[in-house]
Amino acid sequence: MAVGEVVTRVAAGIALILAAVGGPGAASAAPGTDPLDLDALGARLANPKTQKATLEALAGRADPRVEPLVRALKDGALYPVKSGGFVLLADDGGVRTLRGEPSVDAKGQPVAIEPEQEAVGLDESSFGLVNRLLERFAVLSPRREERESAAVKLGNSRDVSAIPLLAAAAERERDPSVRAVLAEARAKLELLSPDAATRAQAVRYLAALRTEVALAQFRAMLAEEQDPAVKSAVREAIRDIESYVGLRNIVGYVFNGVSLGAVLLIMSLGLAVTFGLMGIINMAHGEMLMLGSYTAYVVQELFARRWAAQQDYYFFVALPLSFVVAALVGLVLETGAIRFLYGRPLETLILTWGIGMIFQQGARLVFGDQTSVNPPTWFRGGVEAMPGLILPWSRIFIVALAALALVVLQWILQRSYAGLRVRAVMQNRAMASCVGISTRWIDAMTFALGTGLAGVAGCALALIGTVDPEVGKTYIVDSFMVVVLGGVGKLLGTVVASFGIGISNKLLEPFIGGTAAAVYAKVAILLIVILFLQWRPTGLFRQRGRAAAESASA
Amino acid sequence: MSPDGRARPWGAEHAALALFGAVFVVGLPVANAAGLVSDYYLNLFGKYLALAILALGMDLLWGYAGILSLGQAIFFGIGAYSIGMCMMLEGSGKGVYGERVPDFMVWNQVYALPLFWRPFEHLPVAVAAAVLLPALGAVVIGFLTFRRRLRGTYFAILTQAIAFAVWLMINRNEMKLGGTNGLTDFKSILGFSLAAPGTQRALYTLTAALLVAAFLVSRALVRSKTGLVLQAIRDNERRLEFLGYSVASFKIFVFAVAAALAGLAGLLYAPQVGIITPSQIGVLPSLEIVIWVAFGGRGTLWGALLGAISINWLRSVLTATYPTLWPIILGGLFVSVVLLFPQGLVGVGARLGSVARSGRAATGVVAAPDAPERTA
Amino acid sequence: MPAYSRRQFLRGTLVAGAGVAAGVGFPRIITAQGKGPIKVGVLHSLSGTMAISEAPIKEVVLMAIDEINRAGGVLGRKVEPVVEDPASNWDLFAEKAKKLLLQDKVATVFGCWTSVSRKSVLPVFEKNNGLLFYPVQYEGEECSKNVIYTGATINQQATPAIDYLMSADGGSKKRFYLLGSDYVYPRTTNKILRLYLTKVKKVPESAIAEEYTPFHHQDYQTIVGKIKSFSAAGDAAVINTLNGDTNVPFFKELANQGVTADRTPTMSFSFAEVELQTLDVKPLVGHFASWNYFMSLKTPENLKWVSAWKAWAKKAGIGDKQAVTDDPMMHAYVHVKLWAEAVKRAESTEVDRVLKAIESLQVSSPVGKYKVDAQNHHTWKPVYIGKIRADGQFEVVWKTKDWVRPAPWSEVTYPGRGCDWSKGGKGSFDMVGGKRVWLSEKS
Repeated sequence: MAVGEVVTRVAAGIALILAAVGGPGAASAAPGTDPLDLDALGARLANPKTQKATLEALAGRADPRVEPLVRALKDGALYPVKSGGFVLLADDGGVRTLRGEPSVDAKGQPVAIEPEQEAVGLDESSFGLVNRLLERFAVLSPRREERESAAVKLGNSRDVSAIPLLAAAAERERDPSVRAVLAEARAKLELLSPDAATRAQAVRYLAALRTEVALAQFRAMLAEEQDPAVKSAVREAIRDIESYVGLRNIVGYVFNGVSLGAVLLIMSLGLAVTFGLMGIINMAHGEMLMLGSYTAYVVQELFARRWAAQQDYYFFVALPLSFVVAALVGLVLETGAIRFLYGRPLETLILTWGIGMIFQQGARLVFGDQTSVNPPTWFRGGVEAMPGLILPWSRIFIVALAALALVVLQWILQRSYAGLRVRAVMQNRAMASCVGISTRWIDAMTFALGTGLAGVAGCALALIGTVDPEVGKTYIVDSFMVVVLGGVGKLLGTVVASFGIGISNKLLEPFIGGTAAAVYAKVAILLIVILFLQWRPTGLFRQRGRAAAESASA
Repeated sequence: MSPDGRARPWGAEHAALALFGAVFVVGLPVANAAGLVSDYYLNLFGKYLALAILALGMDLLWGYAGILSLGQAIFFGIGAYSIGMCMMLEGSGKGVYGERVPDFMVWNQVYALPLFWRPFEHLPVAVAAAVLLPALGAVVIGFLTFRRRLRGTYFAILTQAIAFAVWLMINRNEMKLGGTNGLTDFKSILGFSLAAPGTQRALYTLTAALLVAAFLVSRALVRSKTGLVLQAIRDNERRLEFLGYSVASFKIFVFAVAAALAGLAGLLYAPQVGIITPSQIGVLPSLEIVIWVAFGGRGTLWGALLGAISINWLRSVLTATYPTLWPIILGGLFVSVVLLFPQGLVGVGARLGSVARSGRAATGVVAAPDAPERTA
Repeated sequence: MPAYSRRQFLRGTLVAGAGVAAGVGFPRIITAQGKGPIKVGVLHSLSGTMAISEAPIKEVVLMAIDEINRAGGVLGRKVEPVVEDPASNWDLFAEKAKKLLLQDKVATVFGCWTSVSRKSVLPVFEKNNGLLFYPVQYEGEECSKNVIYTGATINQQATPAIDYLMSADGGSKKRFYLLGSDYVYPRTTNKILRLYLTKVKKVPESAIAEEYTPFHHQDYQTIVGKIKSFSAAGDAAVINTLNGDTNVPFFKELANQGVTADRTPTMSFSFAEVELQTLDVKPLVGHFASWNYFMSLKTPENLKWVSAWKAWAKKAGIGDKQAVTDDPMMHAYVHVKLWAEAVKRAESTEVDRVLKAIESLQVSSPVGKYKVDAQNHHTWKPVYIGKIRADGQFEVVWKTKDWVRPAPWSEVTYPGRGCDWSKGGKGSFDMVGGKRVWLSEKS
């Protein structure tokens, strides 16, 4: 190495350490006041000999003003101009100065980059350095998420020199959750501190947080640690954390099970009405669900285009709309085709299968295969029920929605006058007709109710899954299973079956473990259902409704 | 079967069968040998005819005995996988990796042939397994369910659950059956290269001949006393029980026959199509079999053939000419046939020949199709 | 005759007649030789679970063919695409391949995405000496005479990604959760990566976890929970080989359960701009993907190609937000051009002559001078690691210095094995005692 290089490197190194300790302070003290010759900096970066050293020196400064320059260097969008300065090629193809303004020459014309002009090259070995630079800028970024993620990175970096930086950043930090992250990161680094008291304190701090974050480090420390006080603190910490984690996991599995149960329930409620109550095998039930999902998509896109400011409220419109759309389609289906096939469940099967194919392909032709529904902002992320356990809002919403749909359906069927008429028709069609109930009207309405519920399910499921033409086929088998297991014609049975299957499935998965737990758990559940049906063919609860007569002959 | 129980003379039906045999068993292969029909089309028809055997079994089970099974595709799969395993082992050493074990085992890091694969090295074992294993499975399922009076929709959903579970399992690579890739890259069968047109022609002719044979056997079964009992089961099972018949045994029997036919279909399908994947087993293919039979007209045997061949042929043609619209066309066809021709395509034929009976044909038939228009 | 038997006769005639009519009514067999247009097959899923990824590829192939035709076609003849939809059904892939080769007699086929689909059609192409151009990254361990693989091999995508993650720039990751769809590509890739990690990178087995889900799997709650536990100790990354639309619920669950990229980044091999634009990007910022191309690359050729694509997409009715480009699309576009060049060079569409002409062939591409290897039917590539940005694009955070030579057989699993189809070579071979032993000749 040449002497000059050695000197440069040492100087850069000292600058780095000084900057790390005093850098944030310096930056916060006077962020833009000291004059910064960006062009000179650019020149030093353009020179391959001084590039690396310059970058290392910059690492300590964390001055946001050099960010555009460094970023352009990384993107290969930094170009020298004949006048001796530098310009950047922006994303839109425009040319900017190093300060970010549009670049104009002496005549006021926008500067263009010569076609043969080569961008300033970044040596591959410095690529990482540039990225680290840009990341360090992030701890002091005005954006909260950037500060948080930079803090986490530093915490995992095992770079003890970052402790002062973290401490200084924590002091400036206003946001409590980011401050917590900074403190956690600092504690992680302090585990590597040479001072035993600091280590012990860090261990206790992290144990109190009940975080698994340092568990592996604790285990390693158990083997290497010399100081007995620290060692016992570590042992206690591991015990505390492990027992907490066990509890937390079980709560998590139960929630997963409830969530899955709610998904099954909401899919199957509609089928419980059309198949359970009316005895119609509707193979297009899945496509009704699909209609609901696509309604959500259309409304989402409509809001994005017309009322972007109120984008989040699209969901409130989509939910009732999907009920209406699916119910209307069901109404047309019933009056137009299915009513001619009452008493012939298997012809209905073929008819609805054909209709399902038409709808599926129709959706594909109209929407294509690349649609997706994104939840409104309040449904994103989740609530931290226990430290480390996040229950997603969208799933909580689905549980609530399923419960609501159940209550409403139950109320309609049992408490309302309309429900009374429905039950009358299902129990004894002839008599009901005799007392003046319009059976045709009731049939149509009930079927529409069933398909409408499927539509609502589709809208809700779009939050957590995909929106594509095949979505119906994914859910139909499970829906029939749930309805039959619960006992055709009994709503309570459907509920019990959904949650029973959901919770058992989710508790079995971790129990089975291995690379294919999800599939094996499902198969196990299916086997249990099969065996159960052997023992009690009519399902969990005795049945009522028209289906009772149908099940004997099929 | 006509109401008075006497077997009707075969007459015209014999003629139809002869015509069918002439065209499919003799005509097409000869035309292919002469170069008039391409290998590709012959191969396609081989596939259709194999599926027709599958539909035949379904019709026996559902059309005549009234048992709806939504899991026939499993038995089909057993047959196809059996012969598939045999063909894979025959081609050992000639795969991409050049190893003794099939390629998919290599990338699953299984280097020794699993025990359950070994018997399939021998063709007779594979053929026997293809037909007998499904029958055995059917007997077991039937024993567990029919004896408990599980019937109707519940039985259907149960078979659907079984199909779903089997499909999920076979999709896993841990099962050592190729996972979602299935078995492919068959090189030869019994030493005859599968790429040679002669082999494919022979396979086709075998399929067509076996279809005709299966048809004749089914016909005989349906016209026999057992056939009568089966239809009685379909029409009114309780009454038959009260008359002292062991209904469960008959059901198990017909279920086993249907399963064996499905296995046979799979056996003939795999060498001609050249690939068998779990997508041919499972819930959706099982549902499609039902659709074929219902579309063609259940309870007539001819309906099964007609339905299976026409729908699969239509699908091949439509996916080529209308790649974006074919499900709509096919779905629309299902809808119209159900609404206008409740007896399926066979009903169309019947209608064409009996304009005078249009009044009777139009009345909806409840669950059990025992209208006099039906024969046997 | 009594009514019933008339009906029987009619039924029988109907069946037989249908068969005869079918035989007669089939479209005529057309030859692809002669002065008419040159037919080429396009075999990508336009429906089903893979459509989300494959449908744009069909469009970009049509765009390339259109450009070729506008420039005068090939050998003075227009190129006519024959588009088939195998609907993400592997059996249908085989059937459509047969149809394209035997019925339509196409000169070449541009197709397939999943390795399952490729393995399903491979026997058809080999038996009938067809030609397939395959644009998607895959697991290697294959080297067919009848396929030109323009997608990345493991050493052109997967192992550089591991190198990156383990380096300081990538976060010095030491623990890896390998999550994939349950089929040949993820299984083989993870087999190779596991060996690479344990033998070459000296990572202990306990630091590697593996999991597989079926295609179209929707419920990732438990799996994301497992990932959280696995990565709680830090220094963990998820290697994601999920395919198709199953990526959507996975990333949604990941975001919902608070797994962020700074703690546990995901490195995806089958997830690109096309799949990303269907998701809410904000929670995914910072996750990685490894490819040979990103839409955000600022080369002049790329800027030109992207705007040409956007114009084409608009005409094809694809929304502007959905009109993004990604790596397989780039390869698909380039390999159509490669084929056209090879045909020009060979002065024929005949497969063997085209194969001869395509060795070492170079064309310009959005990433620079794109070259086919001289021997093994694969192509040379640059490797980029991209990080998801808030605007839905990938920001390049790392790249290889030089273009990487394709190695279909990984050194880790099959040391010494190579592939050579040039000059009478017979494909894959092992080096035994300094001499080549061809795999096809092993008995």
